[in-house]
Amino acid sequence: MVHPRHNAPLSDTALRVKALESLLVEKGLVDPRALDAVIDAYENKIGPHNGARVVARAWTDSAYKRRLLEDATAAIAELGYTGVQGEDMVVVENTPEVHNMVVCTLCSCYPWPTLGLPPNWYKSAPYRSRAVIDPRGVLHEFGVAVPDTTEVRVWDSNAELRYLVLPLRPEGTEEMTEDELAGLVTRDSMIGTGLPKTRSVGGSAKAESQRRRK
Amino acid sequence: MNGAHDLGGMHGLGPVNAEANEPVFHEEWERRMFGLFIATFAGGHFNVDQFRHAIERMNPAHYLDSPYYEHWLHSCETLLVEGGVISRTELEARIAKLEKEAK
Repeated sequence: MVHPRHNAPLSDTALRVKALESLLVEKGLVDPRALDAVIDAYENKIGPHNGARVVARAWTDSAYKRRLLEDATAAIAELGYTGVQGEDMVVVENTPEVHNMVVCTLCSCYPWPTLGLPPNWYKSAPYRSRAVIDPRGVLHEFGVAVPDTTEVRVWDSNAELRYLVLPLRPEGTEEMTEDELAGLVTRDSMIGTGLPKTRSVGGSAKAESQRRRK
Repeated sequence: MNGAHDLGGMHGLGPVNAEANEPVFHEEWERRMFGLFIATFAGGHFNVDQFRHAIERMNPAHYLDSPYYEHWLHSCETLLVEGGVISRTELEARIAKLEKEAK
């Protein structure tokens, strides 16, 4: 979401952040280098590629998938993804009968260890307000066509509990390795507002844009 | 708490604008604000519930009309002042000083 007021008050906000940091550094409460390290981790290391590993493992290892659906926190930790905002995870499985999507109507709760920090639209008023009353309309805007015969389940996250969608494995991927499959799993497919990429060369425009985003 | 943050089911807030190739942060101040939150949270100055509650106590019009990380700034400032970690006076003085230097 582009914030309409970005320009005018932004310098003011930027100034306040700078002032707060300078004050806290002066008091010895914050180490600027520690800040740099944390920022680098969430900007470059922790992101949807983590969740994609979880999904690809579940697609190729049925015992892992069972553990993932029974105790997601522990199964995700098996792959080394633990930490803040991922302490209590639930994985919801898409099937031909059920399509799941995730929202946080109250704020921005999101599974950081598996997906990184949420995109702006996820934290925006339009998504938070509409996901729960017009999920099919929202999915349509994301280019996701869910058949009328498929139930749409919307999961509202909270500060303690975070959801990850296990998307349906695309058809025609039987020969693909776990690594290759991970490359098909998009961020939005794990939020439920997208589908995994397909193997075909000429995908939809939406799939193409998601490919570029990776 | 019943307030402007409780957006589920509200009408009239417009279409969802998903940005293609969205960066993790859009502005440098967002980057620093994220880091400041992690540092002060890890420093034990507040917990997640207090942090969210301070966001929910924002003026509703300001809440709806401000960028996401401004909510974090507001909450951090509020909790650090309320907790006696910094004073509002010294914070405003520091802002004024930096503003003067920037000119």
